[in-house]
Amino acid sequence: MSFLAVEGLTKTYPGVVANDNVDLEVEQGEIHALLGENGAGKSTLVKAIYGLVHPDAGRMTINGKPYAPTRPVDARDAHIAMVFQHFSLFEALSVVENIALGIPPERAGRFGGRTLAERIRRVSEEYGLPIDPHRMVGTLSAGERQRVEIIRCLLQVPRLLIMDEPTSVLTPQEAESLFGTLRKLARDGVAILYISHKLEEIRALCDHATILRGGKVVAHCDPREKSARELAELMIGTELAQPPVRKPGAAEVLMKVDRLSLPASDPFGIALDDISFDLHAGEILGIGGIAGNGQEELLAAISGERPVEREMVMLGRRAIGHYPPTRRRKLGICSAPEERLGHAAAPDMTLTENALLSGMVREKLANGGFINWSASRYFARAVVESFDVRTPGIEVPARSLSGGNLQKFVIGREVLQRPVILAVNQPTWGVDAAAAAAIRTALVNLAAEGAGVLVISQDLDELMEISHRFAVLAGGRLSPPRPTETYTIDEIGLMMGGKTREDADVAS
Amino acid sequence: MDLSALDPVALIASLIVAATPLVLAGIGELVVEKSGVLNLGVEGMMIVGAIAGFAAAVGTGNPFLGLVTAAAAGMLLALVFGLLTQFLLANQVATGLALTMVGLGLAALIGQPYAGIKPPGSPRLDIPHVSDLPVVGPLLFSHDAMVYVALALVIATWLFLGRSRAGLVLRAVGENHDAAHSLGYPVVRIRLYAIAFGGACAGLGGAYLSLIRVPQWTEGMTAGAGWIALALVVFASWKPWRVLFGALLFGGITTLQLNTQALNINPAIPAGALLLAAGLIWLVASLSASRAAGSPLVMLLTGAVVLAFGLIYPRMQIGSAWLSMAPYLVTILVLVLISSDRTRAALSAPHSLGRLFHPSS
Repeated sequence: MSFLAVEGLTKTYPGVVANDNVDLEVEQGEIHALLGENGAGKSTLVKAIYGLVHPDAGRMTINGKPYAPTRPVDARDAHIAMVFQHFSLFEALSVVENIALGIPPERAGRFGGRTLAERIRRVSEEYGLPIDPHRMVGTLSAGERQRVEIIRCLLQVPRLLIMDEPTSVLTPQEAESLFGTLRKLARDGVAILYISHKLEEIRALCDHATILRGGKVVAHCDPREKSARELAELMIGTELAQPPVRKPGAAEVLMKVDRLSLPASDPFGIALDDISFDLHAGEILGIGGIAGNGQEELLAAISGERPVEREMVMLGRRAIGHYPPTRRRKLGICSAPEERLGHAAAPDMTLTENALLSGMVREKLANGGFINWSASRYFARAVVESFDVRTPGIEVPARSLSGGNLQKFVIGREVLQRPVILAVNQPTWGVDAAAAAAIRTALVNLAAEGAGVLVISQDLDELMEISHRFAVLAGGRLSPPRPTETYTIDEIGLMMGGKTREDADVAS
Repeated sequence: MDLSALDPVALIASLIVAATPLVLAGIGELVVEKSGVLNLGVEGMMIVGAIAGFAAAVGTGNPFLGLVTAAAAGMLLALVFGLLTQFLLANQVATGLALTMVGLGLAALIGQPYAGIKPPGSPRLDIPHVSDLPVVGPLLFSHDAMVYVALALVIATWLFLGRSRAGLVLRAVGENHDAAHSLGYPVVRIRLYAIAFGGACAGLGGAYLSLIRVPQWTEGMTAGAGWIALALVVFASWKPWRVLFGALLFGGITTLQLNTQALNINPAIPAGALLLAAGLIWLVASLSASRAAGSPLVMLLTGAVVLAFGLIYPRMQIGSAWLSMAPYLVTILVLVLISSDRTRAALSAPHSLGRLFHPSS
């Protein structure tokens, strides 16, 4: 008999059916994949299991007994633990304090005491999750934070462990060590519900898969018997459009970043350290790395959000390091930061206003301090039409668009300004496959027309696919860019962990 | 120049009395802010506590009942703030400011018939023999009860926040309310407890002014003490002991300023001496914790310069407006110096401070 059984679970939000009659069975000791695109209903389903979401219909049983959690505490009492995609950790507290908060008081003992720290050490050794219990969480890397979450779960002796996209923040090596931990847990009889949209890792790790699309279960299968392409088609439903890659044309250097250093702006931020690279006309330079290694800071230095020394950024022969964003835009340096709502776009302003905010200078949407609204609307409509942004109109607030559509709008708005240089961070993060393909194609075409494109991303597959040259950002330092085809995945993984190419050569 | 009138023991005793309302209000606000709520209504809660406590003490003839009433009144007003910000999700800054205005107006209204009345006296600690000891007796063992209550509150808050599980949960709520919620902690309820505690403390601080320090009722008698308490919390980097230190410093300069006006000496003399003393305490604290001693040295040096200036021109007088300004200026200056290490200050600020929380996501 299965450990957890879900039957006919349905959850409706206004305008969306997040889960539609979903069935799921998870056995003890199996690693069960929950596969689906963003918005397919994976998160709603696991939140219902964890007691964070209350389903409208359907029932759940644990070992045959009815199970209807109303709070996460109920789930914990049923020995269900969850590692969230966005860690629910407290940065200003230590590892021990964080863990003490996550487990019931009678298990925690005195949180400052030696006992809990000792137990943390024991579990971390047993499952290969090295961590110092007394470090402050704000100083830990994403991989280490995930270990904290996992240890917190393990201390509660779970029988079902839910992992929500655990590898999205890990290096390939860290992911491999996580898989080792998960396999060991499964051997010990723990059921694992593993959410991901990375097909290869699911095929390598999981025994069963339940595939969701649009809130419905479309298949139960054994992922090891399916090819990645079959799984992808089950997940997405249509064939994928591949962006065409073209060889770079002229080798003229458009922008030169020279020994760029920038102190961290907040205590948990990261300082950029001696970064140098050239950006050529017609090329896409891909920058990989794990989140929080200086990506945002690098984009801010390129876009002008954080001014640096004059000579650190050269556009042609002009030193522009100290220029603010507007002056850089005038010269043709456009950018789109990672956070769509609140950084790339003002959530409560309309698409027209958002188009105006970024396009004002290059599209001449303002004249003598007065806004030219008709030109702004024309520009916004052009972005919506040429990038297939699904929206009821251009006078709706940016926050009402779905992630993928807003991302297409944000990228399209910059591309249509015919930039000389375009810098983007995480252009396809949290975007469905069709929109991601459209965005990549737009970037490739922009480069083909002679612009220099800088793509910062954590999606290695994406960077391998579209970039001509590639470099890794780790701990605020950038490796020297090289043609993409000269890399191996192992080497990139080691570099993402902060090792130089020489170290990587030695290791391999 | 008659320095003999500057009796150091009496000075320190009155310094402690001047500091106590700030300690009370400040420690309450510290707990509130540690839970992630910014209540700018301290001044309003203090003055309502002042008049409520005064009225109750006069009505019953019992100062203890007056203090209890003051705490209850402050708590009640704070819970109005809690209702508005935690359930109706009103903006905390605007609500806090409104609370101050409501409190000031309400207190003036209730206080009309109480102007000029003398409240019943509060007993002082009097341990036979011990309280009569020279120097030590008046310094440590003969204050009114609230001084010891305030000190006990500082210690209790320090232990609660740093050593107890409940305190850890409260800090967690202030640090990241979404994460605390997803772990199953009742964010809103915890914040309401904190808000109520902060209100009670502010009410007590106000009643200390009207019943013990002054003691009588005058309209607007808190005179910005609530705002100073708020500033103390921020510049004390949300650490209980530093709130106590800041309050004593402020109380010290207030006392000195009053005394120097009476004594016709250059206020730079006592001010410099106080800066020297505070700098010395800080330097010792820094060195014993093996931290950089730059800022305390700056303070010591400033104190020495000011003192030297005072000794060279012992008869120089400064306008009384400048003198009245001095406590505010010096306290803020000193605490800014202390919290000048930006990284550490940013670490100690509760990350969710002032942000609205709704348990929907």
